[in-house]
Amino acid sequence: MTPTPTPTPTPTATPAAARRGALAPAPATEHRRGGALARMIVSEARLLVRDPAAAFFSLGFPVVLLTVLGLVMPWADDPFSDQDPLLAQITAITGYTPIVLSLAIATIGLSSFPVTVATYRQRGVLRRLSTTPVGPARLLVAQVLVNLAALVVAAALALVSAVVVLDIELPRQPWTVALAFLLAVLSVFGLGALIAARAATTGAANGLGMTAYFVSLFFAGVWLPLPIMPEAVQTVATYLPLGAATQAMTDAWVGAPFPTQQMVVMALWAAVATPVAVRIFRWS
Amino acid sequence: MSTTPVVRAEHLRKAYGSTLAVADVSLTVERGEIYGVLGRNGAGKTTTVEMIAGLRRPDAGTVSVLGLDPTTQAAALHEKVGLQLQESALPDRLRVQEALELYASFYSAPADPADLLDLLGLTAKRDAAFKDLSGGQKQRLSVALALVGRPELAILDELTTGLDPHARRETWAVVEAIRDAGVTIVLVTHLMEEAERLCDRIALIAAGRVAAVGTPDQIVGLAQGEHVLRVRPDVPVADGVLLGALAGVPGVREAVVEDRELVVRGGGAVVQGVLVALARHDVTTHDVRLERASLEDAFVSLTGAEGAGPELATTAAEV
Repeated sequence: MTPTPTPTPTPTATPAAARRGALAPAPATEHRRGGALARMIVSEARLLVRDPAAAFFSLGFPVVLLTVLGLVMPWADDPFSDQDPLLAQITAITGYTPIVLSLAIATIGLSSFPVTVATYRQRGVLRRLSTTPVGPARLLVAQVLVNLAALVVAAALALVSAVVVLDIELPRQPWTVALAFLLAVLSVFGLGALIAARAATTGAANGLGMTAYFVSLFFAGVWLPLPIMPEAVQTVATYLPLGAATQAMTDAWVGAPFPTQQMVVMALWAAVATPVAVRIFRWS
Repeated sequence: MSTTPVVRAEHLRKAYGSTLAVADVSLTVERGEIYGVLGRNGAGKTTTVEMIAGLRRPDAGTVSVLGLDPTTQAAALHEKVGLQLQESALPDRLRVQEALELYASFYSAPADPADLLDLLGLTAKRDAAFKDLSGGQKQRLSVALALVGRPELAILDELTTGLDPHARRETWAVVEAIRDAGVTIVLVTHLMEEAERLCDRIALIAAGRVAAVGTPDQIVGLAQGEHVLRVRPDVPVADGVLLGALAGVPGVREAVVEDRELVVRGGGAVVQGVLVALARHDVTTHDVRLERASLEDAFVSLTGAEGAGPELATTAAEV
């Protein structure tokens, strides 16, 4: 059957020759797509910065919370806890610093990251990418990298303000704090990835993420520092990523024995959640 | 024209659970044409093109696109096939030019984003965020993204759904410009007017099967009562004389006299034949009307989709 072209005028002003040049099917050339991931990272970073609410909560909230508490609260310079000889040596605002670091991790890992991925799924961004030679997996890599970078900035801002403005005591075992922070990031992002893997819509991700967020914050001691919480709450906290994170960072801050149990708990969360998330991930 | 088809799909079948989306679809798209996949919502159009594009694996049947097998060579295929999908597919705050440059980085030999913006009339909007674009602009950006890899085949799914008539016409002009640039196009639509206006050939899809394939005219011709010619003589003439005059006129399928008006149904050739025959019998007339069957009529008669058919297109032509 021979196609019969429909005789119709083309009202676009562009000369036919220019169109041909722009669209002529691509000649076969060597493939080199190293730039795709870099461009995605730049693009995701731009999008984060362009969303004022998301940018504030990801980057600015921890430093603002810690600084305001430190300057305003009368208890800021009291001993962190009377009951524990080690905790009695640091000020309350120093003891609150690891809690704020945990909060920074949770804000990005349980809120920004899964909500963005679910939005991309709902809006068809992931599906659209699956029609290109590059595919959607790289966008997730870019998302994680941009969120990690945002987290580093948020934590650095909070720490710098804590040291410069609030004059907190520095950690006795900074490398242990760093290790606990790293494991906390891996475990909380693993938890966030589970939400990101399945939530069909922005709303679903928000609901799940916020639930996990507030439960985590409670056990991380954001409202009541763990040392003054009941024994049972402290025990539960040890087995949750963010509770373990706060306990481990606090222990390292005051020079308590190495928090092996909490480190193992976080490592296990990361080791289980992340591969499961990858396995159950829905692209559309 | 190359003899190797761009798309050759044979007996495609796809079920989602117990729902049979595509029962048996075969189609062949030739290089350089605009091929319409026409059917109402839920007919299996999108599933069909998703199998062609390598986004879904058929349960049965074979597909070959540009000599590639979409089920095993998807990455190579996506380098040569551009897809525009139904739903909006960009983050709200991404800007037009950024989106094009991002997508350009996915392909080995992309088009110049500036040229594409120009072609699609988006140059003035290049710094606008996706969420601030109108429906038509979003669709044109979506087409631009489908073309940025300089594909040999572009699949455009429900391109103008939700657009106002003006934006729709603008988008049609873009599709024609793309075809003129040498890109083969598969156009998925439920709009009769769109298919009739743009497509070189159409596959009518109903209930997961191909009901008919052909040029818009051929499809109209497949339907019953393709043309209806109405002739009112200037002076009253006996019915018998009128009908007798038509003896031997080719292409007449049915002729009746309704209220002194001669009504002839048949192929395109009836117009000249009937008028010549009447003149020969000294029947003069100045009141002649031709009603051409529309694609809509053809669709209804070929798919039995009465009432629930695609959007109406009025194409009754008067002579």
